[in-house]
Amino acid sequence: MWLYALRRIILTIPILFGVTVICFALVQIAPGDPIQNLLSPTASQADAERLRAAYGLDKPLPVQYVIWLGKVLVGDMGMSIANNTPVTGEVLRAFMNTIVIAMIAVVIAFVLSTIFGVAAAYRSGGLVDKAITAVAVFGISVPTFWLGVILVIIFAVNLSWLPATGMGAGGSKGFDYLSWSDFRFAVMPIIALALPPLGIMTRTTRSSLSEILNQDFVQTLRAKGLTETEVMIHAVRNIMPAAVAMLGLQLGYLIGGSVLVETVFTWPGTGYLLNKAILTRDIPLLQGTILVLATAFVLINLVVDLAQSLIDPRIKRS
Amino acid sequence: MTQMAISPPAAASEDPRDRGGPAQPMLIVDGIRKYFPIRAGVLNRTVAEVKAVDDISFYVVKGETLGIVGESGCGKSTLARLLMHLIDRDDGHLILDGDLVGEETGVPLDGLRRALQMVFQDSYSSLNPRLPIEQSIAYGPKVQGASSKVAKAQARALMEKVGLKANLFAQRYPHELSGGQKQRVNIARALALDPRLLILDEAVSALDKSVEAQVLNLLEDLKRQLNLTYIFISHDLHVVRYISDRVLVMYLGQVVEIGPVDKIYEDPQHPYTQALLACRLSMDPEERVEAAPLAGDPPNPVNPPSGCRFHTRCPFMEDVCMSKAPSLGDVLRSSAQDHLAACHMVHPGSGHSRAPLAVRA
Amino acid sequence: MTDAVANSLAVAPSQSAPTARVRSYWGGVWQRLRYDYVTLFCIALIILIVLSAVFAPWLAPFDPYKSSMANRLRPIGYKQFLLGTDEQGRDMLSRLLYGGRVSLLMGIVPVILATVIGGLFGVVAGYYGRKVNMGIMRTMDIFFAFPSVLLAVAISGSLGGGITNQMLTLTVVLIPPICRVAETATSQVRNMDFVDAARATGASTTSILFTHVLINVMSPVLVYASTLVSISIILASGLSFLGLGVSPPTADWGLMLSTLRQSIYVQPLVSAIPGVAILVTSIAFNLVSDGLRQAMDVKA
Repeated sequence: MWLYALRRIILTIPILFGVTVICFALVQIAPGDPIQNLLSPTASQADAERLRAAYGLDKPLPVQYVIWLGKVLVGDMGMSIANNTPVTGEVLRAFMNTIVIAMIAVVIAFVLSTIFGVAAAYRSGGLVDKAITAVAVFGISVPTFWLGVILVIIFAVNLSWLPATGMGAGGSKGFDYLSWSDFRFAVMPIIALALPPLGIMTRTTRSSLSEILNQDFVQTLRAKGLTETEVMIHAVRNIMPAAVAMLGLQLGYLIGGSVLVETVFTWPGTGYLLNKAILTRDIPLLQGTILVLATAFVLINLVVDLAQSLIDPRIKRS
Repeated sequence: MTQMAISPPAAASEDPRDRGGPAQPMLIVDGIRKYFPIRAGVLNRTVAEVKAVDDISFYVVKGETLGIVGESGCGKSTLARLLMHLIDRDDGHLILDGDLVGEETGVPLDGLRRALQMVFQDSYSSLNPRLPIEQSIAYGPKVQGASSKVAKAQARALMEKVGLKANLFAQRYPHELSGGQKQRVNIARALALDPRLLILDEAVSALDKSVEAQVLNLLEDLKRQLNLTYIFISHDLHVVRYISDRVLVMYLGQVVEIGPVDKIYEDPQHPYTQALLACRLSMDPEERVEAAPLAGDPPNPVNPPSGCRFHTRCPFMEDVCMSKAPSLGDVLRSSAQDHLAACHMVHPGSGHSRAPLAVRA
Repeated sequence: MTDAVANSLAVAPSQSAPTARVRSYWGGVWQRLRYDYVTLFCIALIILIVLSAVFAPWLAPFDPYKSSMANRLRPIGYKQFLLGTDEQGRDMLSRLLYGGRVSLLMGIVPVILATVIGGLFGVVAGYYGRKVNMGIMRTMDIFFAFPSVLLAVAISGSLGGGITNQMLTLTVVLIPPICRVAETATSQVRNMDFVDAARATGASTTSILFTHVLINVMSPVLVYASTLVSISIILASGLSFLGLGVSPPTADWGLMLSTLRQSIYVQPLVSAIPGVAILVTSIAFNLVSDGLRQAMDVKA
């Protein structure tokens, strides 16, 4: 067990290393010369060269990478071009806003998907099953940003129940998730975020449950005289390790995929930050945000794997 | 070394493909060895080796059937794949009809492939599920340069030869065939390159008893018609006795006993062979064994026992068995009629209390 | 038993024997698909969507680029505007038909490119194993460290907008998952005895790959690739929504959704239409790939 954990942690290092390489490459594939943007139009060739040397851009790429990586490791991800503020602080502030709603969304999706999955598997092929499957297909196929727009149309425009965008007053003085006047701003982003994982997890739960219900040991349980409900509890207990792992994975996807939903609701998280970076072509900000999100995704996967190997001793993947 | 005196086989023949003459063995296996590395730990280093095939030597006389028996995991299938060059050997030589195989001076691999073919055990994975069986059989000849038309005609003729009506079966897919039919296709495919030596790796083990008998009879007939030599690998001792001329017994990657079939079955020398034979189910209720003659699983081939590898399960184990590995003797210089066993009890002066005192004649 | 053997050795093929009619693999797939009405309906729907995109110039009642200040944001069914007009007074139906061209292109072309490239890498990694496998699959693992949307936004955000960059981005995003599926399928096939039997005939690696491996790897890879079409459409529309797709005058479902977002208070229904087009297309592709997976699940 400990050997597995150690091995899994060590295997994460080259992945994280690769992530930094890709993030570094993002600046390289961006069109345009960063130096030209900084120079006044009248600057001479010699001025350009001096500035290039000052930023270390005259050195070969591997050297530039090592210098950049060294700074990143001590938490310096450069300055945002648009605001001229340190990228690190801006990204971390936004990250807190993103991770909270992503976690709430994924927990809601997990609870609902378990209920839906059990209901669908209970009478496989029945009306309930078909309805739930339809909802799941909808959740998987729907573009989240469009769903966001629809939610705004219904709940903000037509019913005026919820605010359409932003964080409200809480955005400036500290958002309180426990007070309704603040939390109502988060309701629609959470719903829009929760639907795709709800669809995916419902489908997975349903199919793994019906697979288990067809196994021999379930027949034995029935033969022993257990009621269908008791049998179902056995089956659900069997899929739980996999379902928990799925939950972690979906949380990772939500953190990375929040860019569209947050843009629709102007929710000031990492996704909104990304959108801002794209619109203003603020490459350092883009690079920093991507790096933080990808690192978070890798670490979440690591934690999920370790947690799963704790719950389910059968899992010892190489 | 490659030319040695062996009594000519019973079914001596005039085969145009013959190079070394009737006395030259079809195949000589000299000291072949294959260890598989086991990787483990955080850094995935090689921590041990499985000695799957550990210094095995034997020969196959032209026209005979050599049976190879042993428990599962003893290295039978690895040996088959080594002979076919499907996996690389770590050490040892193969001599095919007098020519070294694979090395610069000897027969090229291509020549070996035409002369040596294999019939696989698992009929599920042995045929490409997406190819009609006619194409599976015709593939070999096509690879060797036959035109598509010629290869197809050959495939159809072979199907008839193994008892499958070409008109009915040529276009079928493997999943539309029964186990016995698939095995006939397997045999036809192996015969498509007109081989001289066929390695049958558990070729009938997965079949029903009645179908098994049909396929065995087919193999006997084909052998006579096409002048074939067989290496017949099986864990089924009844089948091996039925089909073999000589038998080789393997234990943990080594040969423990080799000899003519009747001598092995009627007078087994090695305690392992004795135990294996005692495991057979008897048709006579009075003779059924109740206690298992072979207790436990075979030891781990990663760390085989010292001395004689069988000593952990041998009822006659003595000190000498733990310290010194018994030798089988020089198989390659022995005659096909000789009966050899790698046991201290048959070697005079070995130090075992049951060893014969006088040197045998 | 002896009879059977005697028969088995009858060498002369009897010409009068009946010839068996045997269904090919694809014939079997079609037989199963024939009675799957949901899948058939979705296939028909996709054909309809594709045709209407291809023939958009003939089907569109108006010029999709002709704006009119007088007719801005008209409701559904206003005069001759069947689906209303957008914020610049352009006919929604015409723009929807033209927009389908870009959106479908973005759903299909990157998947095809990624299937060819990723499939090739996967088959090579799966067949050769060891170091080649390590090199290819560990590189892919790095891309798996990014959620797909994030990777798309990262690459597209750095490269900038435009149809070529969008296509390039989506292809790069889709290569790793296809590569992984192809690698798994190949290494399973590679361990089958029939591959060893083919090697034993002295066949070259290329010949074995084409005759024995590809044919067996193809169907899982194709089924998987078909599930990616819907993902690719959604990703592409998402990128367009963020302004990373085609540039404004061009019609594209994601971009239309983005520009109409300002108008949800005025014309909520019209603003939602491009999203419906994305949703319907994406559901149709999803259900077809589900149906294909079931139909192609042949027992070997």
